Amino acid sequence: MKNLSPFLKNDSAVFDQPWHAQVLAVADGLVQSGLFSANQWAAALGQQRHEAETQQKPDTAETYYHCALAALETLLSQNSGVDRATINQRSAIWARAYLATPHGQPVLLEAGE
Amino acid sequence: MSTFDSDAAAKVHAHLHSHLPSEPALRVKALESLLVERGMISTETIDAWVEAYSEEIGPKRGAQVVARAWLDAGFKARLLKNAAEAIKEFGFEGNATGHLIAVENTDQTHNAVVCTLCSCYPFSILGMSPSWYKSAAYRSRIVREPRKVLAEFGVELPDEIAVKIWDSTAELRYIVIPQQPKGTESWTEDQLAALITRNSMIGTQRELAVS
Repeated sequence: MKNLSPFLKNDSAVFDQPWHAQVLAVADGLVQSGLFSANQWAAALGQQRHEAETQQKPDTAETYYHCALAALETLLSQNSGVDRATINQRSAIWARAYLATPHGQPVLLEAGE
Repeated sequence: MSTFDSDAAAKVHAHLHSHLPSEPALRVKALESLLVERGMISTETIDAWVEAYSEEIGPKRGAQVVARAWLDAGFKARLLKNAAEAIKEFGFEGNATGHLIAVENTDQTHNAVVCTLCSCYPFSILGMSPSWYKSAAYRSRIVREPRKVLAEFGVELPDEIAVKIWDSTAELRYIVIPQQPKGTESWTEDQLAALITRNSMIGTQRELAVS
């Protein structure tokens, strides 16, 4: 294995984190429902990739999925009422809900409100 | 606070943080819940997509298409003419394959696929793309120095074999038809499909191993 090139060391196509899969699932679902087009998605993701490369972020899957999330947030801000401030606010409520819920029990949004 | 109390507090702190999802995971959860409340997407749609792409849909679909192309000249002609239409014979049409193009390797030509902009990929027939496909290194270098990058994948191409690089877009995606290995002429479609790897259909593998 030690002689593999960096490309072949990164040959996995498995999602490392559930949110990696979810961010693509939401983006693809919204392309299918017509909220934004496949071209708009590619352009937004391409823009994030370009910025990450300009900022010399690590060339990893984690960076890729951060770009995908940022692209999705941008398109939602432009095409729906869900802007970054709304996501920040909801994200904080979820964080409080997780911290207030004993381990092993289902986490409900109400617990963070 | 005594040492004992500090340790106990640290453990509680660590426990809480291990339970708390990461910041991006929380943001995805937040936007998902906001979209579901607004009726813009359903939880079932998200769950079904994640399940399908985590488990069911992988490069086996593409391998079946290639195996049939090897065995059935009529199908191969249809695939090369209009791949999006031809894969309907398997029921594999779906997201991201509306404008699929099949490109064929020959003794004189090797094809490889990239998306220089982001990560466009025919995922309804090849499953999720590998990490390297999404990397900045592959996306920029395969166009600039294709032979060198292919060599890093173990594909050493003599000068007389031409290399063609196909740049995918949101609306135009590619599948490479690798060459059928010699000695497999009497094999069945399923036997052949088992030989065909994901990377051979992206073009970063040329020779298929016959076990």
